[in-house]
Amino acid sequence: MNNLARIRERRENRNRWLLLTPALVILIFAASGPLLITLVYSFLTAGDYGGVKWEFSTDAWFNVFFQRDIFDDTLSFADAHLSIFWRSVKLSLLTTLGAVVLGFPTAYFIATRPKHHRDFWMLLIMIPFWTNLLIRTFAVMELIRNEGTLNTFLMTIGVIDAPLQILFTETAIIIGMLYVYLPLMVLPLYASMERLDFSLIEAGYDLYASRVSVLRRIILPLVKPGLIAGSILVFVPSLGAYVTPRVMGGGKQLMLGNLIELQFGQGRNWPLGAALSITLLAIVMVALLFYVRVAGREGGGHG
Amino acid sequence: MKKTFTAVVAATFVAAPAFAEGTLNIYNWGNYTSPEMIEKFEKEYDIDVTITDYDSNDTALAKIKAGGHGYDIVVPSGTYIPIFVGEGLLMELDPAEFKNFGNIDARWMDVAFDPGRKYSVPWQWGTVGVTVNTSVYGGDINDAALVFDPPEELKGKINVVPEMNDVMGMAIHYVGGKTCTGDKDVLKKVRDVLVNAKKNWLSMDYGNIEKYAKGDLAAGVNWNGASMRARLQNKDIAFGYPKTGYPVWMDNAAILADAQNVENAKLFLDFIMVPENAAMLSKFARYANGISGSEEFMPEDMKSAPEIVVPAEVKDAAYIAETCPPEVSKIYTQIWTELQK
Repeated sequence: MNNLARIRERRENRNRWLLLTPALVILIFAASGPLLITLVYSFLTAGDYGGVKWEFSTDAWFNVFFQRDIFDDTLSFADAHLSIFWRSVKLSLLTTLGAVVLGFPTAYFIATRPKHHRDFWMLLIMIPFWTNLLIRTFAVMELIRNEGTLNTFLMTIGVIDAPLQILFTETAIIIGMLYVYLPLMVLPLYASMERLDFSLIEAGYDLYASRVSVLRRIILPLVKPGLIAGSILVFVPSLGAYVTPRVMGGGKQLMLGNLIELQFGQGRNWPLGAALSITLLAIVMVALLFYVRVAGREGGGHG
Repeated sequence: MKKTFTAVVAATFVAAPAFAEGTLNIYNWGNYTSPEMIEKFEKEYDIDVTITDYDSNDTALAKIKAGGHGYDIVVPSGTYIPIFVGEGLLMELDPAEFKNFGNIDARWMDVAFDPGRKYSVPWQWGTVGVTVNTSVYGGDINDAALVFDPPEELKGKINVVPEMNDVMGMAIHYVGGKTCTGDKDVLKKVRDVLVNAKKNWLSMDYGNIEKYAKGDLAAGVNWNGASMRARLQNKDIAFGYPKTGYPVWMDNAAILADAQNVENAKLFLDFIMVPENAAMLSKFARYANGISGSEEFMPEDMKSAPEIVVPAEVKDAAYIAETCPPEVSKIYTQIWTELQK
């Protein structure tokens, strides 16, 4: 009897592993595989014309953070890389902030509509999201160009005399990313707000809470998971954005994605590109760990 | 309904081409191969041609290096020919096999990137110069200073194409250096010139024909073909050749070492060296070709175009873009990254 149970248990165990195999294979080869190759490449020597030579080297990692001056050979922080890192983080944070400011009222508006109207409003949020990223970016560019819609309108009604130079500035990158990633903020926020128990808000008003304290003490804590999820969903792709900074920044303000592309393309320094990619990944990981910790605490609090 | 169906079926049979003698797979830049010329080639030799596009030399190099591509012909820029050859990706040619080999313009025969034309034949060539809106700036346009030390009226309206080698090369010649120099003193000057100049640039971007035509941009480093297309939309746009030196590039057709249809590929290379056929390429892509005798077949609007016909006084300032050695290239990338940070 005992023996039989053990055999059954063993068989179940084996079946479980067999059933898991396809998923594991995909995870190992499709997800970790390329990542491992990137990691390995970051420790190799750059090939003369792209590619890598199979010689161990830590040059790439050294060059991520430090540089030897081309001319007097002094060692210093890699000023160019660090300022691009900083710009990426700064612009991504500003984009996230902008998405919260615009996305929160939008999601609240939709969640407070009658149930049969909500789908319509959500559809309006989703439609631009179905359009190709490049096309959406070029559409925004057409709006803010010197001879574009916004400037022409402002000049016609006489608010400004000369066109505002918005395109090819950091502001343009933020506007572009904000437009592109806003749905990623609205969707999770809307999901939390839809479940919001509005009788709690009524109760708050009944107890003489002001509008501000209802927002701060009741709504915000309840939709916080959605807010954090939305922020992560906007922050992470902004950090690695490639197309938007390329088109809206006019190639003058590189972000991390563009710097990495430069190393794999014209720079012909694949190990440095690989090391920069892993660095980007590390920044994303830190952001996600932060999320897990905050979200975990929230989950515990609410049971 | 049934009648229509029968008609369609009949039409399909009639229109279906007879099975061609052979096939040829060309791997080329997008929007670069004259369909008219390909049709002529297909008819003349009864060969089915398939064209696949790429968008950069690096893409082409990476894909061909990976193997299993099935292409017969590739069209890399001169700067990439030595890399393709070094990697053993191209087939060595025997000039005696091509009856039109002698049509190659003497200037394009013994080029540094392929001495004696052992691996490639000319496809199209062009220059990198400065595009200027003459209604904004009225002075001499054959001057790299318009971009590197711009006059007041052009500041903030300048675009530089983000092609590292072309821009670095033009700047090196501007401060008096030589192509692919590793001289630190020269490179220091280059860096200072570029970093100072960048403050006056609006953007470093590729697609710019519309922006020049509509006046968003007033000057910048540009390709001659793109500049010509902008001029056709706005007559104030002109193309200048910097007196201090400007790069000349050439894209070249070559047969891949592992080509499947070698004989057909050779027929094709011979075919594009016929002046009339080379002119067809130019008519489509708006660049010059390296085949002498093609001039008389060129479209009228290109015969006298200042973007195609280099003025005599700046002819000698041209230098042919080269593949710089890796150690020099590394310094260029460092300066380039600093410029774009």
